[in-house]
Amino acid sequence: MSMLPKNPFARRQQKQNPARTATPARPRAQRGGFNLRGRLALVCGGLGLCSLALIGRAVDLQLVDNEFYRKQGDERFLRELEIPTTRGMITDRNGEPLAVSTPVESIWANPQELSRNPDRLPELARALGVPADYLTRKVLQRSDKEFMWLQRRMNPAVARRIVALDIPGVFSQREFRRFYPQGEALAHVLGFTNIDDEGQEGVELAFDDWLRGKPGMEKVIRDRRGRIVENVDLVQPATPGRDLTLSIDRRIQYLAYRELKRQLLESGASSGSAVVLDIATGEVLAMANVPSFNPNAVETGNRDAHRNRAITDTFEPGSTAKPLTVAAALEAGVITPHTLFNTSPGWIPNGKYRTTDTHNYGTLDTTGVIRKSSNVGASLIARRLSDQQFYDFFHKMGYGASTHSGFPGESPGSLPAPSRWSGTSKQTMSYGYGMSVTPLQVARAYAAIANGGRAIQPTFVKGERNEPVQLLDPKIAGEVMKMMQTVTEPGGTATQAAILGYHVAGKTGTSRVAHAGGYSREYTAFFAGVVPVDNPRFAMAVVIKNPTQGSYYGGLVAGPVFHNVMEGALRLMDVPPDDIDAWLAAQSAAEAKARGGKPAPAVAAAPVDGGPGNDDVQAVTP
Amino acid sequence: MNAGRILLAVLLVMNVASAIGVVYARHEHRQLFVALDRLTHERDELNIDFGRLQLEQATWAESNRVDQIARTRLGMKFPEGAEIEVVRP
Repeated sequence: MSMLPKNPFARRQQKQNPARTATPARPRAQRGGFNLRGRLALVCGGLGLCSLALIGRAVDLQLVDNEFYRKQGDERFLRELEIPTTRGMITDRNGEPLAVSTPVESIWANPQELSRNPDRLPELARALGVPADYLTRKVLQRSDKEFMWLQRRMNPAVARRIVALDIPGVFSQREFRRFYPQGEALAHVLGFTNIDDEGQEGVELAFDDWLRGKPGMEKVIRDRRGRIVENVDLVQPATPGRDLTLSIDRRIQYLAYRELKRQLLESGASSGSAVVLDIATGEVLAMANVPSFNPNAVETGNRDAHRNRAITDTFEPGSTAKPLTVAAALEAGVITPHTLFNTSPGWIPNGKYRTTDTHNYGTLDTTGVIRKSSNVGASLIARRLSDQQFYDFFHKMGYGASTHSGFPGESPGSLPAPSRWSGTSKQTMSYGYGMSVTPLQVARAYAAIANGGRAIQPTFVKGERNEPVQLLDPKIAGEVMKMMQTVTEPGGTATQAAILGYHVAGKTGTSRVAHAGGYSREYTAFFAGVVPVDNPRFAMAVVIKNPTQGSYYGGLVAGPVFHNVMEGALRLMDVPPDDIDAWLAAQSAAEAKARGGKPAPAVAAAPVDGGPGNDDVQAVTP
Repeated sequence: MNAGRILLAVLLVMNVASAIGVVYARHEHRQLFVALDRLTHERDELNIDFGRLQLEQATWAESNRVDQIARTRLGMKFPEGAEIEVVRP
């Protein structure tokens, strides 16, 4: 309002406007022609609008679209990086490492950047050990991409040298590679991983989720050249894979592998498998197969050798089924251990076929049938059982069903139900033809007999206790054990499997390999046994397929493998001998021999002073 | 009126103080994070080193190798049954 009195003056000045050019000395007259307030308002309004627009824009940026722009900004320098982590270690039951992940370097490149410096490609190719034109072609092919592997899983020292060349666009990344220090001996059980560290076979596959670590994420600020300027935050910490302790004992495993390999060479066989179970716990102490492969260089091996035959391949059990036939008949109450069977004249009709023995054994009791492995005797026993009784017993013992060990690719074998039998089936099955089993199933069934009739599901993990299931009366189990003990004693079919100082119960098996339309001239040599008979510790099944040199009998081919492995295992696990008398007898015999030739040697070991034990020794020494 | 001003002043001071606190905490977070990162890295390196050493040990202790050396270089063998003396407690 204070401006009001000036208004008339302004108007007056406007009227004088035409005279303005004539009188420049009167500047006031110049202003007179403008609407000052209007102009001021215009400028102020304009400026105000501008700043309002700026504020609006600022609000838009800072408050409304803040997220979007912050993200855009971050994308230009913030990176989320994966933190690689290790796969869990696999150890044996004593903590010896069986599979270890160790870091290696993988070299990668940004082809966009790399193709901008073509003059350095030959240098890079030389360092990588590839032809220069090959590398150039590959880089050019991918020149619109931002990532390519140059070489994966290199020796870290070599990778460092390549990175040190400082070629733009070449980087290294740490990856982990699996190493198997036990090599071939344990290859089948452990399996292997692929190049991305995922389990492919064996335990590596079965326990992949447990072993695999979860890679972490971290936020870092990177500069234009990809160097990390600052670690900003940990998005997710890396969780390394958990370790796994297997039930396998490395030493027994090695023994089993070595003995199988030796027997394979000696007998000219095509393949072999062995399984050792801990009777009390169901733990798999060893599982070996030949031929094997090198798990540290999987690509080079023969695919066929990758199979864990002890669990994936099935064989006709042959005579190793006889103890089960006998146990079934004992359980049904149709025979006793002393029942006599007349096996003359060494054969018995089976439909239009014949069941034959290698010799005419005449009259045998039940124990004799097992000791001599008489097919005729087993047939006579099976005849006293109904089809259903026979089938139910074998089924109960786990034949024809997976052992649920959790191993990938486990075969259930085959045990045809009575409805699918022909008239001759029961008799042929009584001595182990017409059905197929895996070595693991046989070992499990024998372990159940040795364990007082209690079967335990096999496991590969140390300390995993599966509840035993009572399958068989302990008394019958004990009787069958005593019968099987005669097999390895003089007069039995597998004296090669006898171990000095221990009572061994077992059963040999020799079966012709089934081919389309009949049986071939190929054999499978089997031995399954448990040791020691008093307080059994180990059950072992050995299968040697198609031995071509020398004998093909289970006792002669598979028996020695059992002997050598079990002898070692008993010593390694400090199992007290249950047949010291035999040991002492052998010792005194050797001493007598030594005395006969040379002057009597001084007593080798200092005798135990006093104590009743000493008297015992004296008493049994002749 | 006076009380209001005092309150305002107090709030202002608290505001500034908390702002500085935020800055400080953030700074400390960064520093601790860097330390954590370094230590994790160190731990991983040690773990990896340990794994490598275990691998090396397992390779040296490979049963086949031990067996070979014991038999050939050291001339060891498993005792025959007759060479074993049974001692009873």
